[in-house]
Amino acid sequence: MLRTSVIVFPGSNCDRDVKVAIERITGFPVTMVWHGDASVPASDLIVLPGGFSYGDYLRCGAMAAHSPIMRDVIAKAKAGTPVLGICNGFQVLCEAGLLPGVLMRNASLKFICRDVHLKVENAKTFFTQCYREGQVIKVPIAHAEGNYFADADTIGRLEDEDRVVFRYSDADGNVSPETCPNGAQRNIAGICSADGRILGMMPHPERLYELALGGTDGRRIFESAVVSLAAAA
Amino acid sequence: MSEAAAKPAITPAIVAEHGLKPDEYQRLLQILGREPRLTELGIFSVMWSEHCSYKSSRAWLRTLPTKGPLVIQGPGENAGVVDLGDGDAAIFKMESHNHPSYIEPFQGAATGVGGIMRDVFTMGARPVANMNALRFGDPSHPKTRHLVDGVVAGISHYGNCTGVPTIGGETNFDAGYNNNILVNAMCVGLARTDKIFYSAAKGLGLPVVYVGSKTGRDGIHGATMASAEFDDKSEEKRPTVQVGDPFTEKLLIEACLELMATDSIIAIQDMGAAGLTSSTSEMADKGGVGIELNLDLVPQRETGMTAYEMMLSESQERMLVILKPGREAEAEAIFKKWGLDFAVIGVTTDTGRMVVTHKGSVEADLPVPVLANSAPMYERPYYIPIPPKPILPEWVPGPASILGALKTMMEHPQLCSRRWIWQQYDHMVMGDTVGRPGGDAGVVRIHGTQKGLAISCDVTPRYVTADPEMGTKQAVVETWRNIVAVGGDPIAITDNMNFANPERPEIMGQFVASVKGMGEACRVLDYPVVSGNVSLYNETNGVGIPPTPAIGGVGLVPDVSKLADLRLKREGDLVLVIGKEAGWLGQSLYQQITTGKVEGAPPPVDLADEIKAGKLVRSLIREGKVSAVHDCSDGGLLVAVAEMALAGGEPGQGLGVELFAYEGKQPSHAVWFGEDQGRYVLSVAPGDAEEVLERARLLALPGRIIGRVQGEALVVKGEPPLPLSELRAAHEGWLPGYMAAGVA
Repeated sequence: MLRTSVIVFPGSNCDRDVKVAIERITGFPVTMVWHGDASVPASDLIVLPGGFSYGDYLRCGAMAAHSPIMRDVIAKAKAGTPVLGICNGFQVLCEAGLLPGVLMRNASLKFICRDVHLKVENAKTFFTQCYREGQVIKVPIAHAEGNYFADADTIGRLEDEDRVVFRYSDADGNVSPETCPNGAQRNIAGICSADGRILGMMPHPERLYELALGGTDGRRIFESAVVSLAAAA
Repeated sequence: MSEAAAKPAITPAIVAEHGLKPDEYQRLLQILGREPRLTELGIFSVMWSEHCSYKSSRAWLRTLPTKGPLVIQGPGENAGVVDLGDGDAAIFKMESHNHPSYIEPFQGAATGVGGIMRDVFTMGARPVANMNALRFGDPSHPKTRHLVDGVVAGISHYGNCTGVPTIGGETNFDAGYNNNILVNAMCVGLARTDKIFYSAAKGLGLPVVYVGSKTGRDGIHGATMASAEFDDKSEEKRPTVQVGDPFTEKLLIEACLELMATDSIIAIQDMGAAGLTSSTSEMADKGGVGIELNLDLVPQRETGMTAYEMMLSESQERMLVILKPGREAEAEAIFKKWGLDFAVIGVTTDTGRMVVTHKGSVEADLPVPVLANSAPMYERPYYIPIPPKPILPEWVPGPASILGALKTMMEHPQLCSRRWIWQQYDHMVMGDTVGRPGGDAGVVRIHGTQKGLAISCDVTPRYVTADPEMGTKQAVVETWRNIVAVGGDPIAITDNMNFANPERPEIMGQFVASVKGMGEACRVLDYPVVSGNVSLYNETNGVGIPPTPAIGGVGLVPDVSKLADLRLKREGDLVLVIGKEAGWLGQSLYQQITTGKVEGAPPPVDLADEIKAGKLVRSLIREGKVSAVHDCSDGGLLVAVAEMALAGGEPGQGLGVELFAYEGKQPSHAVWFGEDQGRYVLSVAPGDAEEVLERARLLALPGRIIGRVQGEALVVKGEPPLPLSELRAAHEGWLPGYMAAGVA
C-alpha cells in the first residue's frame, strides 16, 4: 500500500498527470489535497506537482510555499514523510526551505520543453533505489526557471553529502556544460534532503511512464517509493 | 430614471471614429427611429464591425458544407462540436489575433490563445490541445525577429501556464506579411455529448452572472480595430490591445468545469470580442428574451469607468453565465473557491429589449433582435483573376547537385526545423501527447481511453495567391492527408480566413474563390466545416497580405497503439512513394528557393485520388504493414525522405536512405522536388513492398520503390553522400541562429 497525497495549488497543472501516473504505476489510489486545507491526510508520500502555482507571481513557488497546507507539509516532511517536488514542486520545496538553493531563469531565458538525459548520481535514496548508480535515464523537462543555483558552500555540502541525485548528461552519461539545458550549476537536475526522503527535481518523471508517451524511465521513481516503503515496513 | 446628463451630440466625426460608414449610420438612425446615445452607438459599432458581423463574408460562408453524421454543432455557436463515439465529443475552433499581435506581439498572441480556449471551454469542454498557424514577414525585415520572439513567447507563456499542451502548428516567412503578421490559434477540447453547453438564454427572470476577471479599460474597440486597415499610426492603437493573465484563465477553466458538473447552468458564453455587448445581446437573442443589466454591479478594475467603457471593454478571462434561479449561492461558492469574481449583474426579461443602466441612468435601451441581427450584409463586388497556366518541369533549371539543392532547401527559412518554436511550448502536459510536434499531425489520447485526436493546421499561401480556389482545396486536403498519415479518420475542419480589404474586388474575388475551393474539398471528402473565423482588412498602407485561409483539421485515431509516424525505424526497410508524380514545379519551394521566383499554376488536387490513397494508407497503418508514413508536401519527395531520415533511429541519430536511380521520363530535379499532391512516402519491410504496390495498382494509384533505409547518410547515385549529421546541422541551425542574432 502506498498512500499518496498530491497537493493542488491554484495554478498547478501537472497534478492530474502525476496522480494518473502513480495510480497506473503502483496500482494505489492517490488523494488530491487542496492548498487551502489545514492538514494533509496520513500519507506515505506527499507530492508537490508541476505547474504555475499562483501564476508564478512574485517568484516561482514563493507564494505556494506560504499557502496554508504547506505548514503541515513542512511539519510532516520534518517528521519523516517522504516528499517529492517535481518542477514547480521543486521550486516550492526550495522556497519553503525544505531544500537549499534556488531555481533561476534558464540561461537561454526561454521556456524549454524536451526530453533530456539524466545521470543517476545517487541510487540509494527513497526515490531512486530502483535505478543503478551511474545509470542514464531519459525524462522530459518543461520549465522556464530550472537553472539551479546555490552558494559555493551549499553546493560543496550537497556534493559531499551525496545529495545531488540527478545531473543533466548526454545519452552516454557525460556531464558537461553542453549537456545542461538551463545553465544549472554542476548540471544539477535534482537534489535530496540529507536523509534522502525529500527529493526535488526539475524533470517530469510522470511524463514518461509508458511507451505510448515515448519512454518508461520515469516509472522507477514511483516504483522506488513503493519498494522503499515495503522495505521499511 | 433620468437620461445621462451630459449627452454628447453624435457628430459625423464621432460616427467615423466608430468605424461606421455614413450609410451605415443612416441605417442605424432608421432602425432606432432616433439618434443613438453614445453608449448605444458604441454598442452598434462593435456589433456591426466586420469582426463581429461578418458583413462581407456571411453570404459566402453560407455556401460551405457544415453538416454531417458526426456533426453535433456547426458554425453559429462559440465553437464546433463533433461526435467521437462512446459519448465523447471534440469541440474546436481557430481564431485570429493578427492586428493585436503586430502591435504588441507578446500580449497579442497570448490573448489570442486565451480567447480561443474560452470559446472551447465555454461549451463544456476541457481544452486538451492547442495549435497555431503563424505567418511572419521576410526574415530580413527589421521587425521580423522581434515579432517571432514576442509571438512565440506569448503563446508559450499563456498555453504553458494554463496547462494545455501546444502540440504543433505551422510557420511561414514571406515578405507579404512584413507589415501584417498572422497569428491564428486553434484549440481543441473534449466533452461528453450529454454535457455540452450552449449560449441561448432561454427563460425569464433568470440571473445574469458575470464571472472571472474584473473589467478594465483594456481592449476597448478591439473588434473595431480588427476590422480596419493599418497605417503608420497603428502603433498608436497599442492601448486597444488586451492584456492576458493565463493564471486566471487556468482558474476560470477549473471553476467553469466544476460549475458545469452541476446542473445549474442555462447558458454560458465567454466575453470575447466586444465583451459584455456581444455576449449579452447574442445570448438574449438566441434565447428570445430581453435583458436588463446594472453596470454598477460589474466588477471593475479601475475607478470612474463609464457605461460606454464597460460595454466595450475587451478585458480578458471573463464569462457570462445564465443560471437557473436560486442556484446563485452554489455557483458563487465555486468561483470564490477559485478566487474569481462572481456578480449577478442582471436578469432576463420579457421585454425583448436590452436595457443597460449605470448610476441610475439608462445608458442603452435597444431591441435585442435588431441589435443581434441587423448588421448590414454586403454582397461586395468581386473579380476572380484567371489563374496562371501550368509550367513545364523543364522550364525550371536543374541544380548542380540534387543533394546540394536538398541541403539548401532544408536550411531555408521556409523549410528549416521549427524546433526552436515548439520547444518553447509545453507539448506534453496532461500526459496524453502521443504524437509530438514535428510530425504530420499532433496526436493526443482521449484521456482514459485508447482513442486519439489527430490535429493538423495547414495552408500554403503561395498556392492560394496563384489560384485561390485550388490553393484552398489543397489546404483542406493537406490537413486531411496529415491526419491520415498518422492513422486517423479525418472528421471535420475549422477555418481561419485571413484576407486583405474586401472592398477591393480582387481581394473579395480571392475570398470567394477560396470559399468555393474549400466547399468543394469539404463536400467531396465528407469533411465539413464546423467553426471558423474570418479576418479581413489585413493590409497596411494599401498593401494586402497573401490570401491565407488556414485550415485546422481534426480526426479520430481509433487505437493509438496503431499510431504511425514519420520516423524510419529499421535498416533494410524499403521506401515507397504512392501517388501520381508529374514533376510539378510550378509554385514549388524548389522554384522559389533556387530561382527566387514563384510562377505557374500550383499543383492540382484530385479529390477522388486523395480518397483512394487515404483509404489505402489508413488500412496499411492499421494492419501494421508500414513502419513509417509521411505526407509529401512542401519541398516535394526528397524533402519528405530527408525529414523521415532525420527523425529516424533513436532521437538525435537518424537513419539514412540509399535512393535508387529514377528511370522515368521527368527531369530528375522535378521528380525529387516537384510538389504533386496526393502522395505519401512509406517505409515497409522488404517482403511487404510488392503487396503494397499491388494494392495501390488495384486502386489505379501509381507507386514505386524509391530507396532503402540504411547507414547514416542520404545517398544519390553519382553524388557524394550527404551525411545526416551535416543535413541536421543545416536543418536545425537556421532558426536558432537567426533568433540568436539579437532581438530588437
